[in-house]
Amino acid sequence: MSTERLPISVLRRRFVPGRWDVLAFVLVFAALAYLAHAAYGLTRPLSHLESEPISLSPWALPGYAAQTALRMLVAMLASLLFTFTYATLAAKSRRAATVLVPLLDILQSVPILGFSFLIVFFLSLTPGRVAGAEMAAVFLVFTSQAWNMAFSFYHSLRSIPQELDEAARAFHLGPWMRFWRLEVPFAMPALIWNMMMSMSGGWFFVVAAEAISVGHTTVTLPGIGSYIARAIAARDLGAIGWAIGAMSVVILIYDQIIFRPLIASADWFRLEQESGLTPSRSWALTMMRRSRLLSLTAGAFAGVLRLGFSHPNEPRRVARERTHSRWRESLWYGAVALVVAAIGWATARYVFAHIRPYEVLHVVGLGLLTLLRVVVLIALASAIWVPIGVYVGLRPRLAAAVQPVAQFLAAFPVNLLFPVVVSGIVAYRLNPNIWLSPLMILGTQWYILFNVIAGASSLPNELKQVGSNLKVRGWLWWRRIALPAVFPFYVTGAITAAGGAWNASIVSEVADWGNKHLAASGLGAYIANATRAGNFARTVLGIVVMSLFVVIINRLFWRPLYARAERKFRMS
Amino acid sequence: MNDAAMPAAAPEALLEVEHIGRSFFKPDGDPLLVLEDVNLRLKRGEIVGLLGRSGSGKSTLLRLIAGLDAPSRGTVRYLGTPVAGPAEGISMVFQGFALFPWLTVLGNVQLGLEAMRLPEAEIRKRSLAAIDLIGLDGYESAYPRELSGGMRQRVGFARALVVHPNILLMDEPFSALDVLTAETLRNDFLDLWGRGELPIGAVLLVTHNIEEAVQMCDRLLIFSTHPGRVVSEIPIDLPQPREPLDPRFRALVDRVYVEMTARPGHGRDGARAERPAPVGIGTPLDHVSTNLLAGLIEAVSEPPYGGRADLPAIAQALHMEGDDLFPVAETLQMLRLAEVGGGDIRLTEAGLAFAHSDTDERKSLFARHLLAYVPLAAHVRRVLDERSAHRAPKSRFLDELEDNMAEEAAEQTLRAVISWGRYAEIFAYDDQRQVFTLENPA
Repeated sequence: MSTERLPISVLRRRFVPGRWDVLAFVLVFAALAYLAHAAYGLTRPLSHLESEPISLSPWALPGYAAQTALRMLVAMLASLLFTFTYATLAAKSRRAATVLVPLLDILQSVPILGFSFLIVFFLSLTPGRVAGAEMAAVFLVFTSQAWNMAFSFYHSLRSIPQELDEAARAFHLGPWMRFWRLEVPFAMPALIWNMMMSMSGGWFFVVAAEAISVGHTTVTLPGIGSYIARAIAARDLGAIGWAIGAMSVVILIYDQIIFRPLIASADWFRLEQESGLTPSRSWALTMMRRSRLLSLTAGAFAGVLRLGFSHPNEPRRVARERTHSRWRESLWYGAVALVVAAIGWATARYVFAHIRPYEVLHVVGLGLLTLLRVVVLIALASAIWVPIGVYVGLRPRLAAAVQPVAQFLAAFPVNLLFPVVVSGIVAYRLNPNIWLSPLMILGTQWYILFNVIAGASSLPNELKQVGSNLKVRGWLWWRRIALPAVFPFYVTGAITAAGGAWNASIVSEVADWGNKHLAASGLGAYIANATRAGNFARTVLGIVVMSLFVVIINRLFWRPLYARAERKFRMS
Repeated sequence: MNDAAMPAAAPEALLEVEHIGRSFFKPDGDPLLVLEDVNLRLKRGEIVGLLGRSGSGKSTLLRLIAGLDAPSRGTVRYLGTPVAGPAEGISMVFQGFALFPWLTVLGNVQLGLEAMRLPEAEIRKRSLAAIDLIGLDGYESAYPRELSGGMRQRVGFARALVVHPNILLMDEPFSALDVLTAETLRNDFLDLWGRGELPIGAVLLVTHNIEEAVQMCDRLLIFSTHPGRVVSEIPIDLPQPREPLDPRFRALVDRVYVEMTARPGHGRDGARAERPAPVGIGTPLDHVSTNLLAGLIEAVSEPPYGGRADLPAIAQALHMEGDDLFPVAETLQMLRLAEVGGGDIRLTEAGLAFAHSDTDERKSLFARHLLAYVPLAAHVRRVLDERSAHRAPKSRFLDELEDNMAEEAAEQTLRAVISWGRYAEIFAYDDQRQVFTLENPA
């Protein structure tokens, strides 16, 4: 075949910069310059942080906001790396999965701020340098992001359609090529959704992680979180307002240049090959697709990936099926059980060396208090948001306008708003046991809202029409049509909201306003106080008890409810 | 043709399948035989069809040959060497196309060549040639979602033949397409094959469509079900292109129908099968809806058939393919509402009575036959009668069934009995609680 006959689309084009290239060029080089500057900052000594205290001037905020955003980005990349390795290992090795999957499940239930103790460890890695403190902050954010991403990737790997798997094998794709050509693209839509969820949670924790004190160690990294901490100490409501504004801008930018394009491109990877959904639009994706500069760069990147394809790949041999040897299985399970028992025993020994046994009862009691708060708040939030969500979801144009707002609100780190509420509690001398509670749900209630909206908008038109045709109205309409239709979606949202509320209790059950210290009694406050006092044994006890609460409630309540919702209310 | 110079007139076997058996393990650890003692030789230049009902293991055999699965017994030899994993030189076209939705047409076609580590220029040249050959010119940059089913399967073909395979395996490649599209694609393929333009050594085609098999193949292997075994081999020596209305073509189709409705152990070649094999509690059942059962009874009872019909003829009249029709006919046979054999279906007395009854009479007639001739239905009813609460969990029967068949088959068998039992009103089933009861919500 001569080149004249090649279709135009496959011939290489010469590079001519266009207007999208100019935009891409500016953005890319600004980012590179900033990264270089930030990398230099890492090598400075810790004492530098102390000599340059956080400034409350609004003009300092863009710089702080940029540093906070960079921490988020690094944590997200780390989470992706973890996802690709951990989940792949769990999916490929049945034996590894027996350990890795339950471990992930537990890690998901551990209150993230419980990890703040590790800051001491990270500081010791790079003595006297800022890098260690930065690593600690990034690690905290990482722990709030990685688990659900890994879970989603693992599930995707396990549910690759049989024919695609067979096609990949029949055409001799090696492991590396298979990963990039089949597994990653297939997992993309679910992974992108989980990255967004992670990101939303991440903002909350990056703010909390920038100003940490564990025992005698206090680290204040320049960023929006430490700006807020300083504003609280100075009782400066104006500065808090500025910080809220800056955070909003950062989240909007992130949304525009990272998530809109990701969501728009996720449609690409979907397996269902019909085009019923309205395509998502994104100017940043348009830029990436239209800019030849970027597509040349991407081409080079793809070329490097393809080098990996050319590793000599022996066809994977298929083995004759055998029954798995029983004793080898039991040996493996035995070994795992032994290690788990040893860790459990060591932990228990450590905790009880420092704590009297009856305190465990006290801690469980505190857990019940926090549980009560979570239950009441979820019920309240449901009573408010389910009707509103249904109302919005049934009106497509309204839903299209509200969804991004709800997503933005979910991403917004509500701990920035805490000082506003706390100053109110102090001013009106309200009971902290009651009035601190709503802070727990402030950030996570939105998951209920946007899941219900999604559920109501997926209600088939015909069912709506049958409802009005049969004149089903009022309470009957809610009972027979609206509530069953949104129920599975509601459960998904409520699980997320409840999990988030447990986590948030650690930062919301205790609060400061200047030198005024407020505390509600609950498990969150117990963990927060133990961490602040540097009492390791109590922190561990609190975390273990809270993790148990979350795991048990998930197993006994949410999972059965979810399974029931799936079975009873699915549309097909 | 193939890159390695093809020796002219070389009837050597590309593929030898010797005494292949494949069993899967049931939940209790006992093996369940899916394929038993299958032998097959594939020579260069021929198209061989594997024809059989669902559950005959023909797709399993294809996967064993592709190296996607390993046999429990026997060997697959490709060019004299045993296959132990996907072999280079064997490629496959899938029923559901199996295209990667995130790759363009060109990207999908290039996939196999990229894995072969060919130079980029060569990959591009060969891919474009394949796209050109298969009639996809101009669609290089389209994504599969933008294409119709027929165009998607063309991509599937281009992707499979761009690697210049010695053997092309086709797993029901036209069955996901509408009739017209399937025919066009089939004819295009036969056209290219007949002109020797396809870089393929030989073709192995799995299908349940009898007309398609007679149209395309040089040789047909007919499989029995449970376990899958080759019960007969039919050479098709009509010249291409074949005309479906040609009497010789019709005669071959009839012969295949006869072979496929004959029961093993009884005479072949059109000899009538006597009473069907006895049905036990552990016999897998096809989930055939009662609407289909009633529909076929009505169709056969009405003119021009008057209670007796030629299966190929009625299949055509009802726009059904063999695979859709056989389970319906055989379920009627099991219920003693019809008899099937020699490529014909004939209604029994009861079947004719059913055709002329109203809904309630139909239900009670169906209930009597269901309890009398389907032991599993009678068994469920008996258990419910015996229990004082008249309730039994689904799992009780499922466990029992899984002693005799694979999990999926057990689930389907139970679903069939549930749906017939509901129609006959001999028991009720609550899917929320997964229990059988005797109370009908009346």
